[in-house]
Amino acid sequence: MSATDILELTASAAAAEIAAGSLSAAELFDVYQERAAADRAAGDHGLNCFTWVAESAPEAVVADKTAGNGARPLAGVPLAVKDLFCTEGVPSQSGSRILEGYLPPYTASAVSRLSAAGASLLAKTNQDEFAMGSSNENSAYGPVRNPWDRSRVPGGSSGGSAAAVAAGLAPWALGTDTGGSIRQPAALCGIVGLKPTYGAVSRYGMIAFASSLDQAGPLTRDVGDAALLLREMVGRDERDATSLQFPHPIELPTAERLDGVTFGVPEELTGEGIEAGVLESFHAALDRARDLGAQVREVHLAHAPHALSAYYVIAPAEASSNLARFDGVRYGYRAEEPRDLLDMYTRTRHDGFGAEVRRRIMLGTYALSSGYYDAYYGRAQRVRTKISEDFRTAFAAVDFILTPTAPTVAFGLGEKTGDPLSMYLSDYCTVPMSLAGIPAISIPCGLSRGLPVGLQVAGSAFSENRLLDVAHALEGALAFDGSPARV
Amino acid sequence: MSDTANASSTETPAGGPPGALEAVIGLEIHVQLATRTKMFCGCELSFGEPPNTRTCPVCLGLPGSLPVANARAVHFGLMIGLALGSELAPRSIFHRKNYFYPDLPKGYQISQYDEPLCLGGSLGEVRIHRVHLEEDAAKLIHVGASGRIHGSDASIVDFNRGGTPLAEIVTEPDLRTPEQASEWLRLLRTTLRQLGVSDVNMEEGSLRCDANISLRPAGASELGVKTELKNMNSFRFIERGIRAEIARQEKLILGGGTVVQETLHFDPGSGAITSLRSKEEAHDYRYFPEPDLLPVRIEQAMIDAASADMTELPAARAERLRVEVGLSAESARLLAFRGELGDYFEAALAATADPAAPAQVLANWVTGELVSRLGEGEDPASSRVRPEAISALVGLVAEKHVSVGAGRQVLDRLVADGGDPEAIVAAEGLAAMDGGDELAGIVAAALEANADAATRVREGNPKAVGPIVGYVMRETKGRADGTEVSRLIHEQLGI
Repeated sequence: MSATDILELTASAAAAEIAAGSLSAAELFDVYQERAAADRAAGDHGLNCFTWVAESAPEAVVADKTAGNGARPLAGVPLAVKDLFCTEGVPSQSGSRILEGYLPPYTASAVSRLSAAGASLLAKTNQDEFAMGSSNENSAYGPVRNPWDRSRVPGGSSGGSAAAVAAGLAPWALGTDTGGSIRQPAALCGIVGLKPTYGAVSRYGMIAFASSLDQAGPLTRDVGDAALLLREMVGRDERDATSLQFPHPIELPTAERLDGVTFGVPEELTGEGIEAGVLESFHAALDRARDLGAQVREVHLAHAPHALSAYYVIAPAEASSNLARFDGVRYGYRAEEPRDLLDMYTRTRHDGFGAEVRRRIMLGTYALSSGYYDAYYGRAQRVRTKISEDFRTAFAAVDFILTPTAPTVAFGLGEKTGDPLSMYLSDYCTVPMSLAGIPAISIPCGLSRGLPVGLQVAGSAFSENRLLDVAHALEGALAFDGSPARV
Repeated sequence: MSDTANASSTETPAGGPPGALEAVIGLEIHVQLATRTKMFCGCELSFGEPPNTRTCPVCLGLPGSLPVANARAVHFGLMIGLALGSELAPRSIFHRKNYFYPDLPKGYQISQYDEPLCLGGSLGEVRIHRVHLEEDAAKLIHVGASGRIHGSDASIVDFNRGGTPLAEIVTEPDLRTPEQASEWLRLLRTTLRQLGVSDVNMEEGSLRCDANISLRPAGASELGVKTELKNMNSFRFIERGIRAEIARQEKLILGGGTVVQETLHFDPGSGAITSLRSKEEAHDYRYFPEPDLLPVRIEQAMIDAASADMTELPAARAERLRVEVGLSAESARLLAFRGELGDYFEAALAATADPAAPAQVLANWVTGELVSRLGEGEDPASSRVRPEAISALVGLVAEKHVSVGAGRQVLDRLVADGGDPEAIVAAEGLAAMDGGDELAGIVAAALEANADAATRVREGNPKAVGPIVGYVMRETKGRADGTEVSRLIHEQLGI
């Protein structure tokens, strides 16, 4: 099989080829390793998707050329992993200077599970620092560029993962989503991104941003790949007290029709603030859904417009505490020649963290302060409860909710860096689902001004199997062509 | 037990005159729980292992690690709650207590805040405010002359202790004197030891105590401004520290000053009290619910399991020893509150051949004669005197085979060498003399040798008998029975 042919394969198709013996896992690894390493070597001239690339195929992949790889569900197919997943002995820096060169002594549970299922670690992907950002411009290791237009951002915070998959530098990738960090970059890069139900995938070994929201998920070329990767990731992990046993096995999607399916379109997330081209693409997707036999009706998520405000209290509050461990005492960056303990803390954290991380730590510290707790954190939690109730009510009437994933297509590098609020609005449509802890998937639904538009499908907790089926049917009807990005 | 253990709240503190200031004391006790593993990870607890050998990503606070609550620690917490008569919260939650310090690797301590595991309760006369679970900090070792962080050359951290489960027990401000505080703490320690939930060793830090102290006019109901005295690591230091702080506040108030709310450190070496931080410098801990842990839901099965593991507690034991065993209230309390004495006593009682033998006599021998020979605080179980031996000795005395005086000599030998009382009696010739001719002869000789005393006794001065009895005891090496000697003296003097 030629390198070009190999690149055309989805990860599932590649796994099937390996299982059938028509492709070796080592060969597949080498094709992607070469492309990823070239991007890393190109520095500013490349997409800057990676912070680390494996030098060669893991021994297991090389040794297990024949039946062994094929016998495992992921068949040795290489995987790009967001930098914030701890990988033993491999730099895990969460996009931050404060963890520059940090080599964890253990591997995150999600990565271990995928390794056990036959995934081989290809690369660590660039990301916004501590997953705080929607453009990947907050990385201490430089911005990632969008393969559809290199002057534009790939979205964030899993920007490296999304761009790598879109550009064919990795067959698939692992990302994390706190307020949209899988779905929004997937949308901006024209690929599939799934945020599972909160608790479905272990968070153990994910360098935390906001514990009550962080969730790992796949970024893939198509819905089938997302299902396959998810299938091997989910499950209760005794190291993560908030992880849950998925109530049933994840199945690979097959649906092609949507007869009997009812979609709800919330007015609150599909009107003002959404770019015209995005809305046009979104409405065209609704027509395709009707063509497949689905019903589309209006629903209300009355509190959704407040989601972003609540999110920007809760997430920074948790982050301010989660990031307290980066104090220069035990690992990572430490300021040189500190005068005393306070000086070490202050300068280590000032110099080690980027501006957006410092901003959110300060926001969160303020929100939790004595005397302000009830007005900010307490109130934000009450809004969160209301948002969950809105979804519950909506799902009593409809099966799934459809929205655009992001209000805009990929924007220019530097376009929003001076205006944090407009940057925060990038997650307007994705944050409500994060607060409610429900699964949501973004699939590409068309182009606007030559740039991908994402369609978000959200379901009730643990509805992943049906959600993937629906997304699969829509994907077939939308027939999005992602190949222009793979050059 | 000292006399002040029963001091009521109406008494003035430290022996001060009526109308003086009254101290109000509340205690916060940290107890390291004797679980196998740490509070939120699988590391085994450390007992003097080389530094940083009992650690893992979780208790080192490495990036990405997550806590999982130790079910055994919750079980021990429930046992403490049951022992203190607390209300066991059906749902309690862990909070993060945020502050920066090198002994706190995550930058926050996982503790409990407004929804603790246990609420209310009491032990003895002291009401319990709450009991909650949390994790211990690591151990900071300051290298350099001072041994404290200021002025040290370097500080190094040993994370072996970090993450050890702690129960924090907070009392209501129901204590009034330093002595009462340390006595009550002893009772709490015995209770916890009896439960088996902790080693409760103050020197090793498995039991640590802070005191909140304020003064007010005696009899007033409002509380004064309090100070918090930190980490006094022995019963003696607790008494001394509280006494010193009461004296400091008293001097301040009587001199027209006011007490400032602050956290204080007591230096047992110098007796000095120094300020750690004032109210203005107090941390804002920014407590919020720990999002990495689920709420702790206490189901009936967990309460049942905790109940099943409860042993008899000191207060109940004192009551049983008094009512069922027939001891005086004082002996019963002493044996119950010093659990090791109680255990020893009950072992000796079980070995007593004669079920009708008065237990009180045995109790007196154990708490009096034996304790005074071993020294306060010694566990008789680790002495050479086996419980069966003291039981047999008390039996010999009760049956007048051995006089009380000879019995004390036997006990001396038991303490020194161990062994069997009857064998000692035989070997040393300490068996009691019967009231036969030999003793009558010695009494006659004693009366003759102490003619003056004999005259005074005959004239009605019973105290004058001392030298006569002393003569008899010397001559008989203490083997004579005192009652019999007294009877013979009276007989021979014709009174």
